[in-house]
Formats: sequence, C-alpha cells, structure tokens
Amino acid sequence: MSIANRVHITKRTGASGGAQLASRLIAIVVALAASGLVMLFMGYHPLEIFGKIITSSLSTYSRFGETMNKTILLTMLSLGISVAFRMKFWNIGAEGQFYMGAFGAALIAFGFPDLPAWLLLPLMGLCAFVFGGIWALIPALIKAKFTTSETLVTLMMNYIAISFISYLQYGPWKDPESLGAAKIARFSDNAILPKVFGIHAGWIIMLVLVVVMTILLKYTKLGYQIDVLGESETTAKYAGMNTLKIMIIAVLLSGGLCGVAGFMQASAVEKSITDQMSGGLGFTAVITAWLAKLKPPVIVVVSFAFSMLLQSGKALQVMGIPSSITEVLQGVIIFFVLGSEFFINYKISFRKADKEG
Amino acid sequence: MSEPYIRLKNICKSFGTVQANKNVSIDVNKGEILALLGENGSGKSTLVNMLSGIYTPDSGEIEIGGKNVVFRSPKDAINAGIGMIHQHFKLIDVLTAAENIVIGQENSVVLSKKKMNARINELSQKYGISIDPDKKVYNMSVSEKQSVEIMKILYRGADVLILDEPTAVLTPQEIRALFDILRGMKERGCCIIIITHKLAEVMEISDRVTVLRKGESITTAVTKDSTPQELTEMMVGSAVSLEIDRPKEKLSEQPVLSVDRLSKKSFEGVDLLRDMSFDLYGGEILGVAGIAGSGQKELCEIIAGLMKADGGSVKFSGEEILGLSPRAILRRGISMSFIPEDRLGMGLVAGMSVMNNVILKSYNRNPGPFLDRKFARTLAEQIVHDFDISTPSVTHEVKKLSGGNIQKVLLGREIWLAPKVLITAYPVRGLDIGASYNIYRVLNEQKKKGVAVLFIGEDLDVLKSISDRLMVIHGGEVVDIVDPEKVTKEDIGMMMLGHKPGAEGGEAV
Repeated sequence: MSIANRVHITKRTGASGGAQLASRLIAIVVALAASGLVMLFMGYHPLEIFGKIITSSLSTYSRFGETMNKTILLTMLSLGISVAFRMKFWNIGAEGQFYMGAFGAALIAFGFPDLPAWLLLPLMGLCAFVFGGIWALIPALIKAKFTTSETLVTLMMNYIAISFISYLQYGPWKDPESLGAAKIARFSDNAILPKVFGIHAGWIIMLVLVVVMTILLKYTKLGYQIDVLGESETTAKYAGMNTLKIMIIAVLLSGGLCGVAGFMQASAVEKSITDQMSGGLGFTAVITAWLAKLKPPVIVVVSFAFSMLLQSGKALQVMGIPSSITEVLQGVIIFFVLGSEFFINYKISFRKADKEG
Repeated sequence: MSEPYIRLKNICKSFGTVQANKNVSIDVNKGEILALLGENGSGKSTLVNMLSGIYTPDSGEIEIGGKNVVFRSPKDAINAGIGMIHQHFKLIDVLTAAENIVIGQENSVVLSKKKMNARINELSQKYGISIDPDKKVYNMSVSEKQSVEIMKILYRGADVLILDEPTAVLTPQEIRALFDILRGMKERGCCIIIITHKLAEVMEISDRVTVLRKGESITTAVTKDSTPQELTEMMVGSAVSLEIDRPKEKLSEQPVLSVDRLSKKSFEGVDLLRDMSFDLYGGEILGVAGIAGSGQKELCEIIAGLMKADGGSVKFSGEEILGLSPRAILRRGISMSFIPEDRLGMGLVAGMSVMNNVILKSYNRNPGPFLDRKFARTLAEQIVHDFDISTPSVTHEVKKLSGGNIQKVLLGREIWLAPKVLITAYPVRGLDIGASYNIYRVLNEQKKKGVAVLFIGEDLDVLKSISDRLMVIHGGEVVDIVDPEKVTKEDIGMMMLGHKPGAEGGEAV
C-alpha cells in the first residue's frame, strides 16, 4: 500500500466560527515561526527583527502617523475592492481608480483653489468618487456588452491611468516654478485635509465609511442584492432583480471608494499628485481585502497589520537589514492563511496500513 | 441456504456528529436481487458507498465470498468485482460507447478496436444489452447511457452490481428493458443491489428487501411475502396512506394561463419548443409528462420571463406576458419553481441562510433601503414550522440542509407568495415517500384555493393519480392532453416517445 492510499481527505460539514478563527490564528503563528526560520538562515535573530518591526512602525508618534497613513489608504482601497468582490466582479483596477480619483480631486483643487476648505474638500472628495467610479464602470459596461473578462480590463485600465498622470506631470501640469523638476504644483492650503490628533482627518472618513459599508452590505437591500448576484446571476434574475442596475451601482461604489482613497492621499499626504503616489497599494489591497474575507471591520485590522510591515521595511533598510524581509513575511502570512482555508474546509485523516496491504 | 456471497456486518459510519449508519447488516446471495428501501437520510447511499469503496466504515466488517475485505478506494472495490452505477452518469460525452467502456481498463498503449468491439458484443449478447459501440455518448438517450454504464461494469468483470435509483429518469418501456437486463444478470449468478424509492419497482424486481430507517436496518423480508403497505410503514415508522387525493374543484371560467403556439429554437437551430399550446385553469392540476429534456425547462423559463421565446404567446388572464421582465411576471402572481438535478440551481442561493432564501422574492416589499430582517426571521420561522423543515436554525446555510429540506424551503417560499399560477417542476425529485406525500398534499391545497397548478413530474404513477388533466410532451411539442383516468402507463410511455396511440407507428404531428 502506498502512502497516498493511507491519507484520506474528506470534506468537513462546516467548522464552527470559533474553530475557523482559531485555525486562522494558528496559521498566523505558524507563518511567523516559518518566517523566523528564514531570518535565522539569513543570519538574523528573528525576535530582534520582530521587535524592530513593531518599534519602527509604532514606537514614536511620527512613525505611528506614517503607519496610520498607510492603514487609511489600504483600508479605503480594500473597502472599494471588497464591494465588487462580493458580487464576484474581480476588480483589480484599484490602482487606476485611485489615480483617477486623485486626478478628479486635483482638478477641483487647482480649479477653485480659493474656495473655503469646508466646501472645497467635500467637492474634491465627490469629484474623486465620480472619477474613480467611472473608471471602474468602463470595464463593467464593456463586460455587460461584450462579456469580456473584467479582470483583464480593470488591470489594463490601471496602466492607462498611471500613464495619464505621468503625462500630466511631465507635460501640461508641470509646475513652472519647480526649476525643471517634473512635478505638479502643490495644492492650496484650503485643499489640504486638516489633521485631527496628529493624523490627517482621513481616519475619521475611513472609520465612518467602514461603518457605512458594514451596514450597507449587511443590512440593506442593495447589500442583499449584491450577495445574491455574486452567487448566481440566474438566481438574481429569477428573483426579479435588475442585475445590470445592481452591477452598475456596486461597481460605481467600488471604484468610487478607491477614488476617494486617491483624494485623501493626494490632499493629506502628497499635497499634490504624482505618478508614484499609490506605492502599488492598489494591488496589496486585493490581498488585504481577501484575507479579511471581504468584511469591512476585519479589513481595518488586516490593513493595519500590513501597514506595520510596509512601514517597518524602510526602517529595517536603514539598519542594514534588507527590507525584503518584510515582504517575505507578507508572502509567508498570505501563504499560511490561505492554506488554512483548506483545513477549515477539509479534514485529513491517516489510516494504519492493514495486514493484507 | 448456502453462505451469502456479500455480507456487511454491524457497519457503523458517522459524519461529524451525524451517525449515518448504525450497526447495519445486510447480505446478498449469488443470483439474487436485493432492494434497499428507506427514506432520505436513512443511510442507503452511505451504505452502498462503503461497499463500493467510496467511504470506509468506522467499524464493522465487509465479507465477500467468505473473505474479510477492507476497501480504501473505489479501485479496491472494482478489483473485488463490485461495480456501482450512480444516479449521475460518469461518462465522457465526446467519446463513443466502446471508448467509455474501456477507458482506464486497457494497459496497452494502442487499443485494438476489433478486440474491444468483439468483447463488448459478446457481453451484449450474453446479458441481452443492446449497445452500439461506435455511438457517441452525446447522441444517446438516458437509457442508452445507462446501458453503457452497466456494460462498463461488466467489462471490468464485476459480478456485483449496485444501482442507485436507476429508474428515476426512464420511461416505463425503458424501465422494463432495464429490468430484463437485471434479471438476465441475476440468472447468470450476479449479485444485484438496487436502491429505489418506488415501491412498485421493489415489488416487481427484487427477491428480498432490506428496510433502513434512521441509519439502522429495520428488517429484511422476502419480497413476495410482504406488501407495499407493510414496507412503507416499516420505512416511515408509522402508518401512512399511499393514496394521493384528487379533489374535484370548480374550475375558473376563463383559463388563467393560456399558452399559444409557443416556439423556441436553440442557438444551433434545434427546436426546443415547437408550437406548444395549452390552457391552464384555476383550480386544476395540469400534469406534464415527458422524457427529461423535452422542453420542460424552456417552457418554465419562458413563462417566468427568464428566456425569450421565438414565437407564440403566453397570456395571463387575457394579458400578454411574453416579453415582460421576470419581476413584472412575478408581480402578477406567477410563481415558478424548477428543481434542477442538483436541487439548488437558480431557485435558491446555496451559500445563504434559510432566512435570506425565503425572502428572495419578497425582500423588496417594505419601502426604504433596508432589509426587513424581522420580517425575514418571522417568515423563515413560519415556513420552517409549516413545512416541518428540520434545520438547526433559520440562519443555517441552505446548502447544508438535506435535499428534502432544501426543496421544502423553495416550495414553502413560493407558496407563501400566494401565487395565482404555480409552476412546479420535479418538486419531489429525490424525496422520500413521506416528504413527497407532504408536497402532493400542499399542491392539492393550492388547487383547492383556486390556484392554477402546472406540475411537471417524473413518476408516471404519481402524475396519473394527482393530475386533473395530463399533458404529454415530446421534443418540445404537445403530443396530447389526456384524461389520466383513461390511459395506461404504457400509452403515456409511447406518447413520451412521440407516438400517438391509434396513429399506427406514426410520429405524432
């Protein structure tokens, strides 16, 4: 008898919520241990590095502020993505929607620099929402009309958006006062989000939106429709739902939230726009949204953890430790957490070889 | 009597907290047909799955030919000469019968087609199975596919055949042909185990019958010494009436639903529905009999607005509804529930709770953007209570319920909507006797309320006894609408194949 015959994989009839949580926590602990081993092989002391990760991302007010800036950005992007993902619309165009949102905000910021902040900022946010939403809607409409894959189209739309910002930066929007550097001018002071408790006010917007999205997805008809549509389009039609309308609303919301992330990053952190300002977080957000099982409150927690890793990467570099260690850590955590799904859904049992075999 | 060839002793098997088999013992002799009878969830499938190596028992023994065996995979069971035919065939559509039969059997790189066909022909003759080795599976009828499955098992040299509800999708003629094959195999010394819900078939084909209830073997009886009534009572655990009511109700004066020359072609240009016309009155059950794939699904989906028709009309109380959106049709009080083979399909959302499924068509009844969760819970609890659905709670996911309970959720929801037209396709698919009779009762109640019921079914006995009128369809056409009292099952079977009785051998037009 071969070993394969002795291992039996059977489907579990449903692990309890507690067991699921436990298996994820175990996965994270195992992931930390495994990456600790990698660090050992690289010649570093794992505990020391874990300590550094915590201190370099949380220990001082400014470090904590940086970590929070990233958390806000990552949470907003993940929120946007999760709306589309719940509908099984694979929007991986958060980057593009983010940049177009930032562009929309900049249009208003440069167009009406002297409006009072209480009017200018909401206008910027609104415009960012609309621009991001439309950027996501284009692939959705193409999908509805020609049944294209939204995964590919949303991905490709990213590069159009980024190149468009580069074009602005090196061309028409180049700041004449920047002495030749390709840079877009700074926003007027009215167009910059104020700080609240030392962190830009985006965190309040973020928390409000997390609550709003939780309610929307869980307690409203729209959230229900999105879930049904995500499970099966035929069922949604059978139930008399207007599937096209639901898809348009959900995609607008998804792209819009990513657009608002662009507004917040442009206004509060960059105080302008650049073609580098996302730092690729639009893709990281796909991972955080998925790890959080598309649940808004969990997204905040996961985004915070990832932001710690992102933030400490730079600090480690300064200390002469390769920043890629944090990337290894990210990868290992994803691997183990996604791997734990298997153990939640399936049970593996071993049998003893019997005498005849 | 000699030693039985197959003996299962004190088999136990649990899945999580559910004990599917508890000290079950059965035995089968060579040259014998044993029927396994039991309600859904009584452990029949689990039991035969252990005999065919899909599951391994937690405890207990399996003996074959007096020798203790342990099966770890279906392959072990096949090697021991045991073959199983599942409800859903496992054939490759684009291959021929012969290729399907030998697949995974021959070890040589080049297949000798001549040798293959010779062996298949030899087996065909021996067991009286007619098979065209060169026919592609996608061109075959259901019964031809089943013959290929049986042949596959015989080709492997199996002498133990297990059939899981083999007659569910066959016409009476096909069932008779299958039974002839089984009797032929029995005479040649094969052991046959057959799972079926249809008592008439148990009585006709089996030598002995083992009744299972709640995972335990209740009794084993010699078939000819027992009656259907006794067997049912042992199966259900209490007395049941096997009569299906057919109350006469006052019909509505005008047809509630009037279908006229409805036609639909497939993408490839094949006729799915051809000039289908019928009227459906309030207070009647119009039964629809037909081989699977005769246009049942298309008819349902067109009436519900999910599919566009190519021509014809569907009038609801005189108003044309063809071309209206599913929502508009729903609002007029036309409810359609189609139970597909996998039971979930489009009627239910598998990953959602019972609560969220019962509000699928009524979630929008309250104004405002929020879901009325209190209503959802009350409705779910009411349906669970009225239809006696066994679920740990109304927040339990539907896909984790058993088949019968899933169907009750669907039917409960549709009936709660108080429709004027109730279209129900295969509502008892795979249900046990008790649950089925409950559903017939529910349909009759609807009829009494004056609802127009279109009942698309499989079991001709049931169709004959519950329908006020019976419509037989074939290839998307109405062959005839008959009085179920005045036709025999055989006549219906002929009509299902497209022959109109009386029209000597000719295709019905």
